Amino acid sequence: MKSLLLVIVPLLAAALAAAWPSNRSRPLLLPATGLIHTFLCAWLFFCPPPVTPGAWLAFDPLARAVLPAVSLLFLVCAWYGVSYLKIRSERSNRIFIMALLAVLGLLSAGHQSRHLGLLWIFTEAVTLAAVPLLHFNGTPRAFEATWKYLLVGGTGIALSLLGSLCLGYASLHGGGEGDLTFVALMSQGAGLSRPWVLIAWVLLLVGYGTKMGLTPMHTWKPEAYGEAAGIVGAILAGGVTSVAFTAILRIRSVVGAAGEGAIADHTLLVIGLFSMLVAALFLLGTRDFKRMLAYSSVEHMGILTLGAALGPAGVAASLFHVWSNSLTKGALFLSAGNIRRAAGSASMDEVRGMNILTPRSAALFVTGLFAVTACPPFGPFFSELKILRASLEAGHMAATAMFLTCLLLAFFGLTRVVFGIVDGRPANHAKATGKRFVESAGVILPPLVLLGLSLWLGLFQPALLHDVWAAAAAQLYPSP
Amino acid sequence: MNANLNLLIGLAMGLNLLALGTSRLPALIRAMSAQGVILGVIPVLLGHDLDWRVALIALATLAGKGVVIPSLLRRAMRTAQIDRELDPLIGFVPSLLLGAGGAIAALALVPLLPLLPEHANTLLVPGALATVLTGFILLIGRTKAISQVCGYLILENGIYLFGLLLIKAMPLLVEAGVLLDLTVGVFIIGIIVDRIQRAFDSLDTRKLTALRE
Repeated sequence: MKSLLLVIVPLLAAALAAAWPSNRSRPLLLPATGLIHTFLCAWLFFCPPPVTPGAWLAFDPLARAVLPAVSLLFLVCAWYGVSYLKIRSERSNRIFIMALLAVLGLLSAGHQSRHLGLLWIFTEAVTLAAVPLLHFNGTPRAFEATWKYLLVGGTGIALSLLGSLCLGYASLHGGGEGDLTFVALMSQGAGLSRPWVLIAWVLLLVGYGTKMGLTPMHTWKPEAYGEAAGIVGAILAGGVTSVAFTAILRIRSVVGAAGEGAIADHTLLVIGLFSMLVAALFLLGTRDFKRMLAYSSVEHMGILTLGAALGPAGVAASLFHVWSNSLTKGALFLSAGNIRRAAGSASMDEVRGMNILTPRSAALFVTGLFAVTACPPFGPFFSELKILRASLEAGHMAATAMFLTCLLLAFFGLTRVVFGIVDGRPANHAKATGKRFVESAGVILPPLVLLGLSLWLGLFQPALLHDVWAAAAAQLYPSP
Repeated sequence: MNANLNLLIGLAMGLNLLALGTSRLPALIRAMSAQGVILGVIPVLLGHDLDWRVALIALATLAGKGVVIPSLLRRAMRTAQIDRELDPLIGFVPSLLLGAGGAIAALALVPLLPLLPEHANTLLVPGALATVLTGFILLIGRTKAISQVCGYLILENGIYLFGLLLIKAMPLLVEAGVLLDLTVGVFIIGIIVDRIQRAFDSLDTRKLTALRE
């Protein structure tokens, strides 16, 4: 019941936001809902409810391993959102807040979906609910980004429906009764029709991979993250992508049960490394620090996918990386949002000397850079180390070498852009842009807290979290 | 029963070619809405005793794909005053050849797939594959925002045709496909809203190039 509240509370809050009369006090709904959601999530995390195997929606081990991270990220972003929307008080924030809360509710539902069709419905709904978030600025560039997001994302989502239908047919052909819960599909196992399972796997990987932003289906990401507000980027990169990732994990477990696990792992390995490589190469070329974050997100999705290819140990490491990536990337997006607002541009051709103009945001941005490029002692260092170890243990020497090379290239690319905008003397027109951006506590503390959480994940990671990730991996790889 | 079914699917496949070959936007929309009507009739012909869920899917498809979306598209075309000539990236003859080749390949490929006996003699699977392919060609090969929406809709029609294989066993999955129509709705609303804001002059997606490396 409590697990359903995770879905209902944000959706009710979204309805409340629609009816709320005051533009000034409406943003407070965000942290209020975030607090309730995080509280519920923490409760469920520490006292996990029993899961009936046939349930369509449940707080199962996989949801327990990922959803709290999304909830934490949302809470901190909601706190930031109050200050952000105060700066943007010239626009009505009704639709923005409704969409943000709806995204939270639908994400919670997507993470808890244990049914192939339901999972698709919630992913589709999240995709649509995020549209107004991207279009919030109302500029032609925002429209262009939204259009590309819808077109690429919509095609991806259509392909994942086709893939779901193929998986359904695989079950029907194997004598299935039409029960599409993942548990039922896995128990059907080798009874599933192999050719249909493979077709479904390809379509679903492409479909949900589009939502995650895996290369070559990542093209919507730089546009969307480049044009959207920092808070929207943080939620998309940390929350929405994670639901597509858990979808791929759940489907991978069905394909594994059908006896095609080796092929599935191989495709995951190749597409993960390819995403990392392409993202690293683009990182070496991009001149826009928000698009840089998008490519960095593509790179980290590649890392997650690589981890997912490496058996139970790799999946547990990937789930760790979901946490460290979500929280660290959130800090980067929020501080980048501050810098973008203060500088009036996101291109390193026009932005310089931000350590003078916005010293705190710049410091956070640089620290976030080191955190996300896996410098110890932040979370990403340890999660990537675990993936590295899983990869070595699985005997993928060439893949490991490529993994490290891509990380190095990405490090070069990221530092090039970040220090390009932080160092130097401020460009003249940046000083002249009328109203100065004030680095108030409301826009500095949230990214600081996220960095703190990333540090905590690295240094003081509780053993419980480790067990939770291992339990989720065990759910996906049932022992025979 | 199968003869009628195959006739209708064959008609839908013919409409694919019409959509690929036409150079006028209104004709493309007409082909698409005719396909929507045909898809709405097919579930009734599938030979199951008509329960309410199947009837609901048929009705929603007929209304959504056959009436509501095409009329929304026409409205968008009027408010946005879009030029009615289509402007192809992939020419009409090459797209026709691609579409026809795709349909033949789909027909040739399907005997290789394991199908249940009751589906083996229908055109459902090849029809679905050919329609999905048509949708892709239109999505990639046409430049106007509205024609891309039409392409997306035809892609969706293909998925729906495939879904009809499962309409009895797993109606939920097929019903979920109605949500895709919602995506189309958002697309069209996007065009109309944008037109009101006058951000672009021609809605030519080739001009959406401010964002790139």
